[in-house]
Amino acid sequence: MGWIEWQVGSGLNIASILLVVIVVAAMLIWVERRLLGFWQDRLGPNRVGPFGLLQVVADMIKIFTKEDWVPPFADRFSFVLAPTIIMIVILLSFSVVPFAPGVGVVDSNVGVLFVLAMASLGAYSVMLGGLSSDNKYALLGSLRAAAQMVSYEVFMGISLLGVVALAGTFNLREIVEVQENGWFVVPQFVGFLIFLIAGVAESHRLPFDIPEAEQEICAGYHTEYSGMKFGMFFVGEYLGLVLISSLITVLFFGGWHGPFGIGLLPPLVWFALKASAFIAFFILLRAAIPRPRYDQLMSYGWLFLLPLSLINLLVTGVVILAAN
Amino acid sequence: MSTARKNSALTTLAVLVRDTLTSQVVTLWKVFRHLWVPTDTVQYPEQQPAMASRWRGRIVLTRDPDGEERCVACNLCAVACPVDCIALQKTEDESGRWKPEFFRINFSRCIMCGFCEEACPTNAIQLTPDFEMAEYKRQDMVWEKEDLLISGTGKYHDTNFYRVAGKAVAGKDKGEARNEAQPVDVRSLLP
Repeated sequence: MGWIEWQVGSGLNIASILLVVIVVAAMLIWVERRLLGFWQDRLGPNRVGPFGLLQVVADMIKIFTKEDWVPPFADRFSFVLAPTIIMIVILLSFSVVPFAPGVGVVDSNVGVLFVLAMASLGAYSVMLGGLSSDNKYALLGSLRAAAQMVSYEVFMGISLLGVVALAGTFNLREIVEVQENGWFVVPQFVGFLIFLIAGVAESHRLPFDIPEAEQEICAGYHTEYSGMKFGMFFVGEYLGLVLISSLITVLFFGGWHGPFGIGLLPPLVWFALKASAFIAFFILLRAAIPRPRYDQLMSYGWLFLLPLSLINLLVTGVVILAAN
Repeated sequence: MSTARKNSALTTLAVLVRDTLTSQVVTLWKVFRHLWVPTDTVQYPEQQPAMASRWRGRIVLTRDPDGEERCVACNLCAVACPVDCIALQKTEDESGRWKPEFFRINFSRCIMCGFCEEACPTNAIQLTPDFEMAEYKRQDMVWEKEDLLISGTGKYHDTNFYRVAGKAVAGKDKGEARNEAQPVDVRSLLP
């Protein structure tokens, strides 16, 4: 990046991050379908353009030219508002993610808290979408979504506290800088696992896509959505996937640092590699693991993950105190 | 907490951890390995699928080994057809052979069930391993006898109805068919 002076928060920085994040999220539609295809011994979409890469363009043309329809029985204002919330909230979360030295939008001292707050706001999108649709499946979906997201947020936050305690800061950029000589995944392996599971539940991806479980409740909260409003929910889901993968990379896998201090590749490439690996892992989860029942999801969260994350925080605190 | 309850809680935890390792992780690994498994997809227009010779596809009317039409217009296929897509009319040529005056299959109705083939006493109507029958106009899916008739014998090479049947046609009198005894002269049976 020698020819441009990269500085956190510059206009070029903001524009390129926004562009890259949205393009990556859109391309994930294709990536996911191809990967799922390979894992199911199929090929996936490979017709439009080289390797089917232009499938995204075809999908976009389709979704943009569809009728933008609002059901007459829906509450128009919140119906239109809901899909924009998820996009805005997740894009805002990206503002505190440190991609590489000098690449990022904001260098916030409360980065971790900001991400968690935005994740909580994301629940409103799903809830409003389901409520305003005035449809029983949508309502059931948004009920489930609300319960699931509120429950899993609890220990999503607690699982991060171990990292925060070790790093001594809420600033995501400083958390990455602290990990230069050792990734937090080693001392915080339990925290990593909990965050991984909570992350899947937060972005309600399979196997935790209970709010939109097709076999049970049509499409859940976005049953009544079509056209670009559905597209925003859709891209929002992939944005959430990118966000969770980036956060895992930043918090537990040393962000832009290579493993064992290896600096062979540019920092941005290291970040992209790690984040892509996690995105692929999430898609693998979708391909392999069946969806649990709703009550199983809740009891697993409250009775197993919550105590585990508390114990993890406790042990981390004791070790830090003992070390000092 | 009593010892028993503590034990059961620990057991539950142990079972959960064991199941996660033996079931979920193994599942993930096994699915992941499918990246290296060759795909089953047949990329159709470029790559033709391997068709079984018994595939029930496009219907043809075949000829006997002598090159004559096998169909004797018995109407059994039309009767057997569950969707009534076969229509035909019997006629007789100068040699005395029965044959269809017209033979029409409406392929926009046909469900490729193969009942006509099973009903056919002369192996005339047969289904072939060809499925590429798409048309732009529905009327183009109605096939006439000229479209259906092929020059060969199809799947059954030996069937030759008029060489077996007792019916006299030009070039084959009574008693000249395969395994057929000469007709009995009733009057010579007088004592």
